[in-house]
Amino acid sequence: MLEDPNAFQMFQNAQGELGNALSRLMVTVEAYPQLRATENFQTLQQQLEGTENRIAVERMKFNQTVQKYNTTIRTFPERFIAGIAGFNQKQYFQANEGADEVPTVEF
Amino acid sequence: MLRKIILYITFISVVTFAQDQIPKLDQYATDFTNTLSTNEVNYLNRDLKTFDDTTSNQVVFLMISSLDNYPIEMFTYETATKNQIGTAENSNGLLFFVAKNDRKMRIEVGYGLEGALPDALASSIIRNEVAPYFRKNNYYGGVQSGLNAIKSATVGEYTRERRTADDDEGGGGLPIIYIIIFIIISLISGRGRGGGLAGLILLGGLSGGRSSGGGSFGGGGSFGGFSGGGGSFGGGGASGGW
Repeated sequence: MLEDPNAFQMFQNAQGELGNALSRLMVTVEAYPQLRATENFQTLQQQLEGTENRIAVERMKFNQTVQKYNTTIRTFPERFIAGIAGFNQKQYFQANEGADEVPTVEF
Repeated sequence: MLRKIILYITFISVVTFAQDQIPKLDQYATDFTNTLSTNEVNYLNRDLKTFDDTTSNQVVFLMISSLDNYPIEMFTYETATKNQIGTAENSNGLLFFVAKNDRKMRIEVGYGLEGALPDALASSIIRNEVAPYFRKNNYYGGVQSGLNAIKSATVGEYTRERRTADDDEGGGGLPIIYIIIFIIISLISGRGRGGGLAGLILLGGLSGGRSSGGGSFGGGGSFGGFSGGGGSFGGGGASGGW
């Protein structure tokens, strides 16, 4: 998957869709104060936030590793060996477009 | 492509700038706001040091006044990672963080403690054990209550004995490397005693740094202070407010 830009893009899109679905769920829930007040729901919300945070952290770690790798294969002596052995640049995860916008939900 | 590179360079410089703000902790409990009295901080310090000594779980408490809109999850992740809370083999570190004026707090849980202290429990500790005290401006009570809940959740997860055994096992293989280095240095320098002495100093330096898990060489001098063991974090834990 790391070698195939399309597969990588699909993976990233799938993650983005999950994130969107979750934030839509959260907005929907805003309309039900009673639901929000229950202990169970607060727990669920925390678990979802935890999941999102874990994904964000691992994406950051992935990007840092890729950055180190890409720098290495671009640097002078390694560059030739990388060229011969076929080490190509890897791509980064990027923030989803519109990820900072709050989704609107109609009832 | 060039634009992308420039973008990343900018991003990196932003990150390094932010990292200057990440505190390096040398105590188990740190209060930059002076909300807690010296006695209270000392008590928390001793308490958490004892907990580390008996269970090998490193629980660290930090209170600052404000994050200045920096995301709390990023801040606690970076602080916990920079200070390497927890042991390298178990990643059993935990950071209990409070931003007093922002009225925000977070329990950042290391990989190795996520099983004993899942997000839901961390969240429950924040909401039910800490927040009620904080709402009454009883910060010490809230911190104590929170730390007690954290300790009782994580107490059985790892044991100090096992960790010591692992250390000894690892130590068994190391001297051979040192002896080889020692011999090589002796040979290279070729001046009998002089080389031997240099080798010995190197030997002492290496083995000291290796076996003690840090701290014993530090000239800081603060007795019983905190030094990270190399634990890593993956964004586990929960945030909350009061």
